[in-house]
Amino acid sequence: MNIAVLSGKGGTGKTLMSVNLASVAQRAIYIDCDVEEPNGHLYFKPQEVKCEEVTIKIPLVDTDLCNGCRKCVDFCNFNALAYIGDRLIIFEEICHSCGGCVLLCPQKAITEKEKVIGKIECGVSGNVDVVTGILNTGEASGVPIIKKLLKKQAKKDEIAFIDCPPGSACIVMESIMDADYCILVAEPTIFGSHNLQMVYELVRLFDKPHGVILNKCTEAYNPSEEFCIKNKINILGKIPFDNELGEINSNGLILARENEKYQKIFTSLLRHVIKEANNETTIDS
Amino acid sequence: MKQLLILSGKGGTGKTTVAAAFIKLANAKAYADCDVDAPNLHLIINKHFDIKKKDYYGLPKAQIDQDICIKCGLCRTNCRFDAIDFNEIYKIDEFSCEGCGVCELVCPVGACVLKPAVAGELMLYENDDTVFSTAKLKMGSGTSGMLVTEVKNQMKEAAKNADFAIIDGSPGIGCPVIASITGVDMVLVVAEPSVSGISDMERIIQTAQKFQTKVAVCVNKFDTNIKRTESIESFCKENDISFVGKIPYDIKAVKAINNGQSIVDIQCSSGNAVKEIYNKIMHLFERAK
Repeated sequence: MNIAVLSGKGGTGKTLMSVNLASVAQRAIYIDCDVEEPNGHLYFKPQEVKCEEVTIKIPLVDTDLCNGCRKCVDFCNFNALAYIGDRLIIFEEICHSCGGCVLLCPQKAITEKEKVIGKIECGVSGNVDVVTGILNTGEASGVPIIKKLLKKQAKKDEIAFIDCPPGSACIVMESIMDADYCILVAEPTIFGSHNLQMVYELVRLFDKPHGVILNKCTEAYNPSEEFCIKNKINILGKIPFDNELGEINSNGLILARENEKYQKIFTSLLRHVIKEANNETTIDS
Repeated sequence: MKQLLILSGKGGTGKTTVAAAFIKLANAKAYADCDVDAPNLHLIINKHFDIKKKDYYGLPKAQIDQDICIKCGLCRTNCRFDAIDFNEIYKIDEFSCEGCGVCELVCPVGACVLKPAVAGELMLYENDDTVFSTAKLKMGSGTSGMLVTEVKNQMKEAAKNADFAIIDGSPGIGCPVIASITGVDMVLVVAEPSVSGISDMERIIQTAQKFQTKVAVCVNKFDTNIKRTESIESFCKENDISFVGKIPYDIKAVKAINNGQSIVDIQCSSGNAVKEIYNKIMHLFERAK
């Protein structure tokens, strides 16, 4: 079963939830799709890490063959090619690797080379296989890394937790594409509820079964809870605002592995999530 | 126009909270929210504005004319984005299509055509002397970098006489962030004193420096982990980065935000700390003159 954890707003506790839920599962895979700022591995500190580079295809021009017809320049919708002076310049950072220029060039002057944009690290931390996508700084898009990451999905009887990037753009959409269930994590501010609404629309657009975890709850007014009640969204659980929790977490430790109290909280939360996810998937099929 | 951009790498460290306070303190005449994936700044700008909205067209999307299509499958074979589904007929998956035009190029009968597509909405808030530019990307859309550039251009055009602008950025280090960095004079990184926060801060500083932009760092909720706050301070010292201050965790900050106010609209400890940071940043701008 694949469970995606997302939030719209950053810093609401996506990584906290996915790391701790994975920790209390029998067997789990944790997949970090927040390739711009991956943090799960800082908690899991995985062992036996295997590293695999992720490359994209970038055009390579043979200046002897290029006759300056500029057909490729006119074709490229991303403006990644320019003919300046008497040679073709390629702006690798904005190239989308569509391969159009290669297909188009009448002189066959353009071929492709592999360019490294990041890597995938696979390791083990106790009961959890930890898979991390890491985009190199200065690179524009992590989507190719996410596509490759998501090929590593859960086997039967295993749960994969997909830790998504913030937002609701293409990169998040890719991350939830193969999810059987989505957990939306929300914090009790008007920013939190506004961004919850966005991811709520996203999971509805893709018809994904979903529930909400309310994080950092206090006695005070919770706009995200109000949003859930108003829209009849299933609340999977509430995690209270708690200084001790905050400190353990900010030191890069896994709550459920450090302290029995938190282990119990996340075990019961996981049970609830699995029950909901199973219910939803049976109704679907 | 001098531009200050507020970034963080990690989400939820307090970019928008700090940006809103700065806007108030500077009595800014030009500001923008470049977090087009999840814009929030408009929620706490309680001023009267006329709002102009317009559709934002990103890259075009392909369409297949079923009357012309001969089902040769060349489009599907050549599409690098898996954007062409086949189930008796060939159909474009508009979420995956990036508008490159390869299908149009290879189609032997002209059945694939690129059509303009709305990818979001640009909003311009204006009153007598102030301009606030923001946008919302359409669900699941790409090309957020281009929309960020539009947001900044819209602000600059509408506020030609403003000499200082404050820009709220988005989390991460990818295309929208890179687009927001282009052309700004300084990046203020709002860091969080945690293992994750520090890792993300280092990556955003690296990114900003790749584009030769000046960086300053402040820490939010510094008292939630004093030791990690100290590591951030020493990191800045070692790397010759201006460290401009620390904001305490403050329950009143949440209350202010949930009332649609900035933290300098009320009397509170986080608001006082932000004032000091603001003064230091303005001093850095003065010195750079």
